[in-house]
Amino acid sequence: MKRRAGGTALTIIAWALGILFVFPVFWMVLTSFKQEADAYTDTPTFVFAPTLDQYKLVFDSGLGPYLANSLIATVVSCLLVVAFAVPAAYALSIRPVKGTKDALFFFISTKMLPVVAAIVPIFVAAQQINLLDNVWALVLLYTGMNLPIAVWMMRSFFQEVPAEVLEAAKIDGAGLRTELTKVLLPMVAPGIAATALICAIFAWNEFFFAVNLTAINGPTVPVFLVGFITSEGLYWARLSAAATLAVLPVVIVGWIAQRQLVRGLSMGALK
Amino acid sequence: MTTAEMTAAKGASLSRKEKWSRRGPLLPALIFTIIITQAPFLATIFYSLHSWNLLNPGSWGFTGLSNYADVFTDSEFYTAALNTVIVTVGCVLVALVLGLGLALLLDRPFFGRGVVRTMLITPFLIMPVASALLWKTSMLDPTYGLVDAVLGPIGLGGIDWVGEYPMASVLAALVWRWTPFMMLIILAGLQSQPRDILEAAKMDGASTWQTFRFMTLPFLRRYIQLAGLLGSIYVVNTFDEIFMMTQGGPGIATTNLPFYLYQRVFQGFDVGQAAALGVVVVILTIIVATFALRAIFTAISGKEVSE
Repeated sequence: MKRRAGGTALTIIAWALGILFVFPVFWMVLTSFKQEADAYTDTPTFVFAPTLDQYKLVFDSGLGPYLANSLIATVVSCLLVVAFAVPAAYALSIRPVKGTKDALFFFISTKMLPVVAAIVPIFVAAQQINLLDNVWALVLLYTGMNLPIAVWMMRSFFQEVPAEVLEAAKIDGAGLRTELTKVLLPMVAPGIAATALICAIFAWNEFFFAVNLTAINGPTVPVFLVGFITSEGLYWARLSAAATLAVLPVVIVGWIAQRQLVRGLSMGALK
Repeated sequence: MTTAEMTAAKGASLSRKEKWSRRGPLLPALIFTIIITQAPFLATIFYSLHSWNLLNPGSWGFTGLSNYADVFTDSEFYTAALNTVIVTVGCVLVALVLGLGLALLLDRPFFGRGVVRTMLITPFLIMPVASALLWKTSMLDPTYGLVDAVLGPIGLGGIDWVGEYPMASVLAALVWRWTPFMMLIILAGLQSQPRDILEAAKMDGASTWQTFRFMTLPFLRRYIQLAGLLGSIYVVNTFDEIFMMTQGGPGIATTNLPFYLYQRVFQGFDVGQAAALGVVVVILTIIVATFALRAIFTAISGKEVSE
């Protein structure tokens, strides 16, 4: 009896903490449906007449191109990451030779370098090759930013593949190409998806490079949010609508794919 | 025997050509990473030995180590370094403890566990810029914020949190964002714990606390360590929250090294000095990271030995 009461208490605590953690986000979404007057009440209010005015205002202020840039930067950089990381992870796990451990060490070590330390030459280089204020500069940088983590994670997924399966394929006369496309890739596909998901989250949310290297032609959604504050003053309801739209894609994808997310993070860390 | 061990055993007798054909698939990723991450750093070293102000085209010239001397004689640098340590250590430790607690809560089946986990994951998915905005305005505003509404009735109303307690405010937003990350990794660890051993411990009369202290916690050590290390890598580079919430202020109270460097580049336009600062930051990070990486590899090889 005592055990059951304790269990109920723990369940209530878990629910309370879950609600506490999500509440700021819930509040942001709620505010986005308010009129500005309802957003500024001394005691925050739950009761108001919901409106879509703020969303209309956000779209009218030109969110579209920013969304397009974010989409390009995220999708293309993720495709590039996968294209580079799959062969690398294959080399590092299925058929490693001497020196591959060093390569793995090198990949992880690049994540330890502060990005700010490279911003000066990146800024100068982007200027020289006419990629300043261009979304393709972000595509390249996001690929470089996520590639080490992706190689690291994907290697762990490749290592999960039992050697017997590959041996069997070889005995059956499968060449390298067949071995890759028919045996290996289907087995590691969930891992590749998990890795791509994590890279997409980091790319979509990236702010430092975006704000420093783009201005008019190449800026992404985080830059829109910042520009929105400075140009419009602080309108909470409108800002909440803009922020809600900015976080929505990643939050929805993350919710749907949370199993892969957990797997990707823990496998990358520990295999 | 794992795939890696089998092929590694064979690797010794491979021909030179075979070795290169095996390294081949690695090369595109390796070369790309070197170009994107290492080339800029080499350029940073080069710039750091020169004077160059973007606003003054004629200023280019070799200056030796004088930019470095400027970095070390600037008292703001030491404040920024200290703030970086406070932000990183503070955020990672608090997020780890909270993450561990939440992971333990979620490790037992209960009504709505999936929903609670979804709610807890959300802060990690939120764009940091949006999260910073949310905290600065909706949460911590002295008049209209939710924190004010909750704390007002117990006599703590009307406090300008971001203005008066800037570091605590930034830390609150960071802990909120990183706790779910820690929780996810530790939860994965908990769920990979062999259940039969826990059952056996219970049969032998071990209390819940004993099982946790002597079985679960040692098992989780590697997961906790790695959550901490991965978290540190990202938190040490914190820029978004500081840019959005405090602009490093008031004064330089929340200026960490990334934000300090940003100011140097984009407000001072002194490329040489900013580059020298960048090199110093990298060297400091490498010193810390060397210890971190060693711990990672001990953890990984420790696992391989034990299996």
